[in-house]
Amino acid sequence: MNDVNKDDIIEVKSLVKQFKKLKAIDDITFSVKEDEIFGFLGPNGAGKTTTINIICTLLSKTSGEVTLCGHDVSRERNKIRNCIGMVFQDPSVDDRLTALENLYFHGLLYNVPRKALKERSEEVLEMVNLTDRKNSLVSTYSGGMKRRLEIARGLLHYPRILFLDEPTLGLDPQTRNKIWDYIIKLKKSKKITIFLTSHYMEETEICDRIAIIDRGKIIALDTPDNLKKTIGGDIITILSEDNIKLKGYINGIIDSEAYDAKEGKVRFEVKDSASFIPKFIKNSPVKILSISARKPTLNDVFLDLTGREIREENATVKDNLRMRMRGRMRH
Amino acid sequence: MKRELIGVYTIWLRDIKRYFRDKPRIIGSFAQPVLFLFILGTGIASSLSFGGGNSGDYLNFMFPGIIGMTVLFTSFFSAMSIVWDREFGFLREVLVAPISRTSIVAGKILGGSTIAMFQGAIILLFAPLLKIPITFTVFFKVIGIMFLIAMTITTLGIVLASKIKSMQAFQVITNFLLMPMFFLSGALFPLNNTVRWMSVISKANPLSYGIDAMRTIILGNPALQLYPIWLDIVVLVSVTVVMSILGAVLFSKQE
Repeated sequence: MNDVNKDDIIEVKSLVKQFKKLKAIDDITFSVKEDEIFGFLGPNGAGKTTTINIICTLLSKTSGEVTLCGHDVSRERNKIRNCIGMVFQDPSVDDRLTALENLYFHGLLYNVPRKALKERSEEVLEMVNLTDRKNSLVSTYSGGMKRRLEIARGLLHYPRILFLDEPTLGLDPQTRNKIWDYIIKLKKSKKITIFLTSHYMEETEICDRIAIIDRGKIIALDTPDNLKKTIGGDIITILSEDNIKLKGYINGIIDSEAYDAKEGKVRFEVKDSASFIPKFIKNSPVKILSISARKPTLNDVFLDLTGREIREENATVKDNLRMRMRGRMRH
Repeated sequence: MKRELIGVYTIWLRDIKRYFRDKPRIIGSFAQPVLFLFILGTGIASSLSFGGGNSGDYLNFMFPGIIGMTVLFTSFFSAMSIVWDREFGFLREVLVAPISRTSIVAGKILGGSTIAMFQGAIILLFAPLLKIPITFTVFFKVIGIMFLIAMTITTLGIVLASKIKSMQAFQVITNFLLMPMFFLSGALFPLNNTVRWMSVISKANPLSYGIDAMRTIILGNPALQLYPIWLDIVVLVSVTVVMSILGAVLFSKQE
């Protein structure tokens, strides 16, 4: 990962960010290839937003090297700002202006030629299906519409990289799906690199590559398929009358080890659940009350790597501190 | 360079657009001075006339002060909209755009000053009601001074805004800085024959010089003039320059 690669549009080397007491980013190294969808996956407070803020020139780094499109993040801020589009976690459109006005101001700030500006505004609004509401004040928009407008705005100056920080946070499931549809559509119609963060595991499956980040460190980086392959096959969850005895039985017949899961269940992985289960039930020494098998998800990968589930994070004092660092959320 | 100027223009334009769209704000910010002038002013004026003085004199005296008040509050609140933008996210959009922090600050200063000047000009239109003659020359001179005061206060506001992270601190500043600035500016009572500590503090208050200049231009009464006009202008310009530089530096430093 350290060798110089022409196709790498973002390069991050040994990046560290130290807030007063907290090491938010602890020596991370990764690179993003041109035209791929790169996902940053991890629980709240893992350091995803901090990393994005450093890459997009909003926050200074403590140490390490960051280059985008060949420009150094500390020395060539304006060059970097020109080639990136941002969709922030918290809404950042001006809700006392109309959608078109928001785009107009964005175009001025990014030096989009006046003639092209009108045409491009129509183009990006069309893309996110907001054309019929283009002259309404943004304050009348729903959360999903605001997010779509932000995506449109982020694309207006034809950036080479689009950053999406938790693009579906706080939206209902239906709207979330729509947002992903737009992102996939965008990827198909434009030559653009997309860097996104999410803590919804299943949503990052559309990424070409995913970095899993936890407590300021990258703990895995690969394609979603390869990450899932690290789990040894299918996942089986069992509820039985005697877990200890059951575990003894399981550990005797599989290579890996069974462990306790939530709700008093036992969990383990096997290569081929379809042929395994009938034999398993027939020979079981304890009575099995329920059994289920499923394909591994990215959530299982996270669980496997950290021993915790991504959504069930109990906020520790440290996490709370991190949350506060992220600043205020609206409402 | 051209890009930076477009950046300044964009920030300015956004503030102006938002202002003219916000009808309640326009009406509200113009109701307060009217209340001061016609209720408080008339009340105080009639109680002063117990002593045999002419009640019209006090209203005339107060008039430039009320314009100063309008400019003070409007420009300060405009500068404070940075805090608002930070809380509601829009600031990030601007901060990540390819323009310098200095241009953002310059745009904010010009935006706030333009709005405050406009607001002050509306109050100036009440002059005929108070039988104060305003010629064309006087009108444009006063507009000039209003813009200077507005610049001074906006830059001061931006320096504070770069240090304040929440709207809660805002109330504190209004009570402990803005109100004293207004009361000790000579807007409501003359500063030349008041107690010593008051006149000392008022000398450190940039608004005193602005109101003094406006009063001299509007009323043309040498008895009410505290400082020569050139001194008023020099003080306002110097404070603006110092605060602009400080504001740009502080704003660039923050993350």
